Amino acid sequence: MRRHAAFNRASKLAVPVLLLLAAAIPWLTSNPYYLDIVVKVFIWTIVVNGMNIIAGYTGQLSLAHAGFFGIGAYTFGLLMTKAAMPFLPSLVIAVLVTGLVGSVAGMISLRLKGHYFAIFSLCVGVVLLLVIEKWESLTEGVRGLLGIPIPKIGSFEFASMTSQYYLMLFFLVLTMFVNHRIIHSLVGRTFIAIRHSEELAEALGINVMRNKIIAFVHSTVLAGLAGALYAGYIRFLGPDIASVEHSFDMLLYLLVGGIGTLWGPLVGTALVMILMQWLQSWQEYRMIIFGPVLVLLVLFLPYGIIGTLTRLMHKRRLGQPLTQKQAVERSVLHDQSLAGGGE
Amino acid sequence: MPLGVMEMELFFQQIVNGLVLGSIYSLVALGITLIYGIMQLPNFAHGHLYMLGAYLTLWMMTIYGFRYWTAILVSVAALFLIGMLLERLVFRPLHNAPHINSMIAAVGVMLFLEAVARKLWGSDYRRLDSPYGEVISVFGVTITQQRVIIIVAAIILMIGLNLFLKRTVIGSTIEAMAQNREGAFLVGIDANKVSLLTFGIAAGLAAAAASLAAPINLVYPSMGAMVNLKAFVIIVLGGMGSIPGAVIGGYILGLAESISGTYINSEYKDLVAFVILILILTVKPTGLFAKEAR
Amino acid sequence: MMLKAEKLTKRFGGNTAVHAVDFHIKQGEITAIIGPNGAGKTTFFHLISGFHKPTSGRLLLQGKDVTDKPPYTMAKMGVARTFQTTKLFAEATVIDNLIIGHRLRTKSGLWDAVMRTNRYRKEERECREKAMKALEFVGLPELADRPVASISQEAQKRVAIALALSTDPTLVLLDEPAAGINADETSGIAALIRKMKEAGLTVCIIEHKMQMIMSLADRIMVLNQGMKIAEGTPEEISRNETVIEAYLGGAHHAQTD
Repeated sequence: MRRHAAFNRASKLAVPVLLLLAAAIPWLTSNPYYLDIVVKVFIWTIVVNGMNIIAGYTGQLSLAHAGFFGIGAYTFGLLMTKAAMPFLPSLVIAVLVTGLVGSVAGMISLRLKGHYFAIFSLCVGVVLLLVIEKWESLTEGVRGLLGIPIPKIGSFEFASMTSQYYLMLFFLVLTMFVNHRIIHSLVGRTFIAIRHSEELAEALGINVMRNKIIAFVHSTVLAGLAGALYAGYIRFLGPDIASVEHSFDMLLYLLVGGIGTLWGPLVGTALVMILMQWLQSWQEYRMIIFGPVLVLLVLFLPYGIIGTLTRLMHKRRLGQPLTQKQAVERSVLHDQSLAGGGE
Repeated sequence: MPLGVMEMELFFQQIVNGLVLGSIYSLVALGITLIYGIMQLPNFAHGHLYMLGAYLTLWMMTIYGFRYWTAILVSVAALFLIGMLLERLVFRPLHNAPHINSMIAAVGVMLFLEAVARKLWGSDYRRLDSPYGEVISVFGVTITQQRVIIIVAAIILMIGLNLFLKRTVIGSTIEAMAQNREGAFLVGIDANKVSLLTFGIAAGLAAAAASLAAPINLVYPSMGAMVNLKAFVIIVLGGMGSIPGAVIGGYILGLAESISGTYINSEYKDLVAFVILILILTVKPTGLFAKEAR
Repeated sequence: MMLKAEKLTKRFGGNTAVHAVDFHIKQGEITAIIGPNGAGKTTFFHLISGFHKPTSGRLLLQGKDVTDKPPYTMAKMGVARTFQTTKLFAEATVIDNLIIGHRLRTKSGLWDAVMRTNRYRKEERECREKAMKALEFVGLPELADRPVASISQEAQKRVAIALALSTDPTLVLLDEPAAGINADETSGIAALIRKMKEAGLTVCIIEHKMQMIMSLADRIMVLNQGMKIAEGTPEEISRNETVIEAYLGGAHHAQTD
């Protein structure tokens, strides 16, 4: 029991310690190469957090998220370049536009269930990609959108790597805070109830369709935010950022970290992206190794890293009840409804 | 020549092109729908098996100097084995895991196959020269022999598959299992053997489709991605697991693409499939041929 | 009159699962639906809880037409139901399973949840209290923090009923609440259903256990092959020739099969 209390204290400390560590990173290394990787990890973690809400907590596997990332990025990029709008309004409008497109896409696609939804969402993603690629008069097509100005708030320019780093850190922390609040609330319980059994949720008076749309829109808003931040960071856009492979990448990060867990997106994204950088020198052998590793991972570590850890922790304290948090975080893969084939 | 005749010729030309496209789509979609029917697995890697099939045929012809048809046979046989290997090593162990896991595994297979292709054959676009490049004229429509071969071969393959499913014991077992896995289990069907065979056949069909299409398209490592997506559109519309749905859907999509490519805008040709899908599902969320769920 | 069905019919393709059934549930009573396997009981349940849309016919809840209302609207209007398989979230605790039950009476949205507004805190407290009260009603307050997977089959049946009760229903539909539990436990569930009636709830129940139904129900409807073949008090039903025929016929088939 005492160990349990000590453990609780430790986990309470973990978040502030992590935050301090994150804030200190630019002081620990000034190597722009490392900072660049971390910034990208943060950006992708934000969109993977979005995917986690719809796929992990609500049980609807969306493969359209690279498309929404692209919409956020291009809306932001076009507002900054062609409309010459300032940074913050561009960011807000980009996020809103993505959410709007997300709500329309959600209203159509969420009527489908199981694999049908997954495949349909994949097609929605392709449509978004093709629109970005082919609408050359607006997006410049495959030539790419060049010369996005440096983000600026007031007179402060996010020109240095360090300032960009803190900008991303701020939005990442905000994203995870919001998701934490959602997951551990009646709204989150509603999502989980839908993932667990749509039939039961309906019988309990939950408007399943409406809640799925809310979850979907929230997840596309995060995708749009990540896309806009990406555009402001890289300052050049090509249609390939919206390509279907990126949706698969996100799913991969999510699964490696632990789908349906709060920390899974961060852990999975960081681990896979850093691993990829590390394997960069292996050139063409990279994917030859990585593909099988992925298969081995789903075969032998199906709950992801965070999912497996929480399960192990629970095993050690067998006989003690699960807290709500643990129940929420370790249960996702037991639900048959998750991306399950509709009857 | 009067304008009307020219228009008619253009139209028939597009019908033929549509049938060629449709033949390819149908064969790929058939494989995906068979696998889905038996294993409830959307095999995202199917397009990459298609790509592998094309490369193997090309390889057999260029390196070993095989003739076109011999090369196709070798490629189909190889893909049959590779398909079975994938089922045994990757997808069977995941059969009782959450569905999302087998989808991810399929993505892993996809990444692996594409990387292998890049390593072995490079990223360049390659051309497979068919011995059937001659142009012939059928009812005033000019068409290369290769296109006729694609259309005819696809029909023969589909009839063959149908005979196999209806007339042989193992084939009818596959059909029974696609309809009811639990029921099949009860009457003593070896589900594992059926899954294995189904994967082999599906991969073989993909290889055949790719080898037939290769002379009129280009061969490159990511050539399977778009075909794969379109095949998924087809089976969503035709009903996942439905064999007639895959065949009919394939031809409909081929014709729709070819005709809209000519009369609307060829730039947006690839969009046609997805727009059709979205329009139809907006009106009828259960797909075209889906039965009412009980 | 709590609920009234007029000529309710449901067809699937060519099969008629429920054919022109007239039926009603009186306020404060326990009404039972019985019938041999495949008689259309569950389909009928799905019809009156909104899970199936009837092919034809009308459904009235306290005089209001609710024929095409979706299940969640039915639930909000006071119709709660359980399922044959309990559908509980086995990995979560009992109380965590129950909290969502009162969600339909709350209004907090995403914003309230993120900002933890006063309304949100009040509503979350209400949900928790409601869940605990429902758990006390079914007699299992001590199991609140146990994972559902670790409690007995009978306790799970009770928790499923508690979940239905936490929606603040006026009419509770129970789909085979005593399936798969032993005789002692069955009488415990029967007592619980009686307690629900005493608390002023209207109950409708599908059950195979005839003894339990005969002692519990105020009124019984018998379905066979999708059609109503009898309706009345337990005494009337037990004397009804058609019912005996249908059941014996069924038993006879079961033996020869």
